[in-house]
Amino acid sequence: MALKAGVRVFRLNGLRPAVRLLSTHTRPEVQNAQNSKVAEFPGARAPYISELKFVSETSYDPIPIYRVLDHNGEVIDSKEEPAIEKDTLVNMYKTMVQLSQMDKILYESQRQGRISFYMTNYGEEGIHVGSAAALSPSDLVFAQYREVGVLLYRGMTVTEIVNQCYGNCEDPGKGRQMPVHYGSKQHNFVTLSSPLATQMPQAVGAAYALKRVPNNDRCVICYFGDGAASEGDAHAAFNFAATLDCPIILMCRNNGYAISTPTREQYRGDGVASRGPALGILTARVDGTDPLAVYNAIRAARDHALRHNRPALIEAMSYRVGHHSTSDDSTAYRSLEEIQKWNNDENPIQKFKMYLERKGYWDAGSDEALQKEARDLVVKTMQQAEKKQLPPWKEMFEDVYHDMPPRIQKQVKELEDHLAVYGEHYALDTFKPE
Amino acid sequence: MTALASRNVNFLTKIVKCVNNYSKRLSSHFIYFPDNEAPVEGETNKMNMMQAINNAMDITLQNDPTAVLFGEDVAFGGVFRCALGLQEKYGKDRVFNTPLCEQGIAGFGIGLATAGATAIAEIQFADYIFPAFDQIVNEAAKARYRSGGQFDCGGLTIRAPCSAVGHGGLYHSQSPEAFFAHVPGLKIVVPRGPIAAKGLLLSCVRERDPCLFLEPKILYRSANEMVPVDDYTLPIGKAQVLREGDAATLIAWGTQVHVLLEVADMAKEKLGVNVEVIDLMSILPWDEETVCNSVKKTGRCLISHEAPLTSGFGAELAATIQEECFLHLEAPISRVTGWDAPFPHVFEPLYLPTKWRCMQHLHQLINY
Ligand SMILES: Cc1ncc(C[n+]2csc(CCOP(=O)(O)OP(=O)(O)O)c2C)c(N)n1
Repeated sequence: MALKAGVRVFRLNGLRPAVRLLSTHTRPEVQNAQNSKVAEFPGARAPYISELKFVSETSYDPIPIYRVLDHNGEVIDSKEEPAIEKDTLVNMYKTMVQLSQMDKILYESQRQGRISFYMTNYGEEGIHVGSAAALSPSDLVFAQYREVGVLLYRGMTVTEIVNQCYGNCEDPGKGRQMPVHYGSKQHNFVTLSSPLATQMPQAVGAAYALKRVPNNDRCVICYFGDGAASEGDAHAAFNFAATLDCPIILMCRNNGYAISTPTREQYRGDGVASRGPALGILTARVDGTDPLAVYNAIRAARDHALRHNRPALIEAMSYRVGHHSTSDDSTAYRSLEEIQKWNNDENPIQKFKMYLERKGYWDAGSDEALQKEARDLVVKTMQQAEKKQLPPWKEMFEDVYHDMPPRIQKQVKELEDHLAVYGEHYALDTFKPE
Repeated sequence: MTALASRNVNFLTKIVKCVNNYSKRLSSHFIYFPDNEAPVEGETNKMNMMQAINNAMDITLQNDPTAVLFGEDVAFGGVFRCALGLQEKYGKDRVFNTPLCEQGIAGFGIGLATAGATAIAEIQFADYIFPAFDQIVNEAAKARYRSGGQFDCGGLTIRAPCSAVGHGGLYHSQSPEAFFAHVPGLKIVVPRGPIAAKGLLLSCVRERDPCLFLEPKILYRSANEMVPVDDYTLPIGKAQVLREGDAATLIAWGTQVHVLLEVADMAKEKLGVNVEVIDLMSILPWDEETVCNSVKKTGRCLISHEAPLTSGFGAELAATIQEECFLHLEAPISRVTGWDAPFPHVFEPLYLPTKWRCMQHLHQLINY
């Protein structure tokens, strides 16, 4: 790891120091330059020393966590406050509220057996809107599954999202995937896949392709969890991004848990961020419960990615306030107090609301109306989604290939013939006629 | 959190009350036929398949001091709770979480076994075993062969929940047995219920070759049987004839066995014939003798599995059966399987080889 004393600073808009990148205040003592010679092995250029030295995770200061707002939504250092227009700020807040209302209602709807599965985003709303607001809508997103706020911010409607969860005939994914596996070409959001970390090297490849487009002004952002970061694919992605000079933002959502596994059992180094400098990636760590910190970091990372065609790694620290999914009861492995503490003390929505109120952009009256509006929208949408039929059953066989091969055509025919005789045993009326 | 999530319950129930037809697709596609015969004498306990697997691992950890159990989220019992209570009982150095990395889990398990330990590795879902494919296919399966018999990793058993569950979609439903059945050096087992699971898992753990133990996850809670509490094993490579008959031989493994048992009842009632139902139990090696003897007797054979048709394990069975039983066959061998498409979410009831599809094929097979 390259050890640099002092702090490197990204400059936003060419002017303002915005994000503190990896800062290491200590460095292992390097032997007196006079009697040390720099070795030039093909694999490393480094000084020789004559006393064996090991380095460990404690040889470095922990990578600091950048924030703009304190837990009361107060700006800590006014020069760090990003110049975001009022409308944008309010839109960021509204998206967070819409997201959390949607989470509450869809979570409950799974409990009632109306949809088969759901995952909430509680505690991570700030990561979604902070990053989405800092990106260009044309930047390509590769996500894990707990990032639907990015889609909301980009303008995917609650209707489209709810239709996906119902897998009905208006689900853009045609009812093939489990709930929360969104994707939208229109919104430059590549369709999710459940296997973890598979999207990471793919995102890097996509960034490489963008880089080669003449006058490219798009980067790729790849979201992934602290758990997914342990997969082999994650390491491949980091290393490919660095060695192949790809304009990508690797965005780790470190929410403390991978299902029941706490980060202590996931890694023993300094989080996921410490891997960035180890692999030659510009890296920063931010408070993921602070949308403005996330915003500044992503702005700076995007600037770096596009200016130099180089990757940046951002580790956004947060806490997964909800259960992992509707299949999980997290009280089996963590205490209610712990959950409540994070939800109360570092709640991104509350924090951001207080910030807006302080600026005079928001008040309690507007908030009440917004909460109700957001909730009503989801409920209304759900009622509509529920009435819609499932896609025509032949959709099961489409898109396996670009053109359906004869062998699959034969199977479609076989099922057709079967249903002609045995159709009464299937809930065929739930599927839309062709 | 519960409070947080349930804040809206009342208001929600007010708004949406009607029972909708979506619940139809969440109900399970088979009736469970429990085993009524214990394979060994002695005390039995009512266990579901999750408890039977837990019990087999408990016995292993109890009797084999080298045994360790690990995987993603295993410490708190695993997402399907099969390891429940075992960390409390045997300690954190024997039952533990790994980082989230399947290739790591498989490789770590191979290493443990190479050094003489008994390793039970859990892959959270069979759909997520593919990052470990290299370790399993190129390493575990070939360790003994490539070392001239000096090293092996027979102490390794990899467990993975597999197959349809009603709402798993592409990546929580797959039955990947055929991928691994192509690999000399592995043993592959799929239980149909608690009694089989316990006996087969104990065999796998003690087997001198690396084993892949695929657990149809829908059976974890839905399958209950009176399971012997003592230690017992069921032989790997041995099929079980669950119904005797002369009209046709029906072959399946895992959940699909229960579909075929129902088909056998329907065939008796509707077609007035007795069919033989065989649970293959072990995919690699598979019991050619039992299968071929049956087909020679009945002259007709239907194979059914959830995995797609093309290159499914049914293909291997059919090829061998026609070779061995050619002169006895009265009709082409019939395969009723998942379609050649990824496993779809809302179309699952039409994707699966349902009892109705099996019935239709059986009808054609008998009237050929
Ligand atoms: C390859 C693979 N292995 C296992 C799983 C099962 N699984 C789904 S989510 C999850 C935990 C992921 O944790 P993390 O990456 O930290 O994201 P978070 O859920 O905390 O947002 C696991 C183990 C999977 N989807 N894919």
